[in-house]
Amino acid sequence: MKLEQADAMWLDAQCECSIAELVRLSGLSEAELRELVDYGVLAPINPQETEWTFSGDIVLTVRAAGRLRDDLELDAHTLALTLTLIKRIRELEAQIGNLRAQLPRRSA
Amino acid sequence: MKYKDYYEILGVARDADTDAIKKAYRKLAHKYHPDVSKDPAGEERFKEIADAYQTLKDAEKRAAYDQLGRHQPGQEFQPPPDWGRQFGDTQFSFDDVDLADLFAGLAGGRRHAGQPGGSFKRPGQDYEVTAHITLDEASRGTTVELNLTVPEYDAQGRVHRVARSFKARIPKGATDGQRLRLRGKGGKGMGGGPDGDLYLNIALHPHALYRVSGHDLYLDLPLTPWEAALGAVVEVPTLGGSVHLKVPPGTHAGQKLRLARRGLPKPSAGEGDLYAIVQIVVPTVLSERERALFKELADGSTFNPRGHFEQEIRHEA
Repeated sequence: MKLEQADAMWLDAQCECSIAELVRLSGLSEAELRELVDYGVLAPINPQETEWTFSGDIVLTVRAAGRLRDDLELDAHTLALTLTLIKRIRELEAQIGNLRAQLPRRSA
Repeated sequence: MKYKDYYEILGVARDADTDAIKKAYRKLAHKYHPDVSKDPAGEERFKEIADAYQTLKDAEKRAAYDQLGRHQPGQEFQPPPDWGRQFGDTQFSFDDVDLADLFAGLAGGRRHAGQPGGSFKRPGQDYEVTAHITLDEASRGTTVELNLTVPEYDAQGRVHRVARSFKARIPKGATDGQRLRLRGKGGKGMGGGPDGDLYLNIALHPHALYRVSGHDLYLDLPLTPWEAALGAVVEVPTLGGSVHLKVPPGTHAGQKLRLARRGLPKPSAGEGDLYAIVQIVVPTVLSERERALFKELADGSTFNPRGHFEQEIRHEA
């Protein structure tokens, strides 16, 4: 079995993605991605320009969007609402995680 | 080939109409879709549900499936002798194939074979896997070995499950829930299609001392009552080695003492902080001398930590 070595790149705000790259990564069309921007689910770094770029940390959001559209047969409006609610859940989970980290493990 | 009962998976009768199949699929998808569900077994369960739906929603695929006959789920079986000629390609071997892969390759009841060297372009599949690493590995960076069994298409467009192994270098800066993309390390593309990507989800093993919040770390710091009252210098372990932490006089339980840049390193630059959360611990067994000293303190001190109760208690009386 061949063992391949691969280097990794972080999907965070430090890496940027073009809209063409997001189309490839998500399976969504450019029109669908622009609709998600119109609904406020995605925000380009440079909204004034015609060639939009996005922060790398939204790659997973658009991949989830592609899966949800395909698997649950969602239209753009329902997809936008679903992603908004998933984002809120993720934020609340992160808050719970942060608060849990601050709770003492053993009682004094 | 192992049999899967797609009707049973969707919980529908074998004569269910398309609407009933769609409704059953949607109900189960809402429950098990990995982007929606928190069920750890959800992803595997959803894959089964989606495979079942992809076959049963298509009239020709459903007819091909029905002609496989009924068997016990998981039972090894062979399709009827003329099945391959009717629905697939005649040279096809059913021995090492997954039922879902077989039906994924059928389009409109016919296997859509790839055209070697032709214009049939298919991008490679993306894979998502979780890499479990320790806090120390996240801090220093590490290399993980990943073993995956993944579907890959051969030159004829047939799907095969193949074992693939990777060594993936995780640079320092990882923390729980962070994602990495390994470009081109997913499934192989076909007919000039690009290779897929591999997505790594970082999961940190729990640590005996530290709790993680982003790139910050939290540590319980037990202090004696006199260390908290008088102040002290205590030795505190950090990922980079022990440090001396100055505890100011009058420190109270729950107070967070910050050790700047002693947390996890961040991917681009800098480090998170380490927070020592003060716990005031009293001895459960006192020596004679300790008891006498505490008694002396109790008799001599005017400190009242419950002063704010008094107004409420007077009000009740």
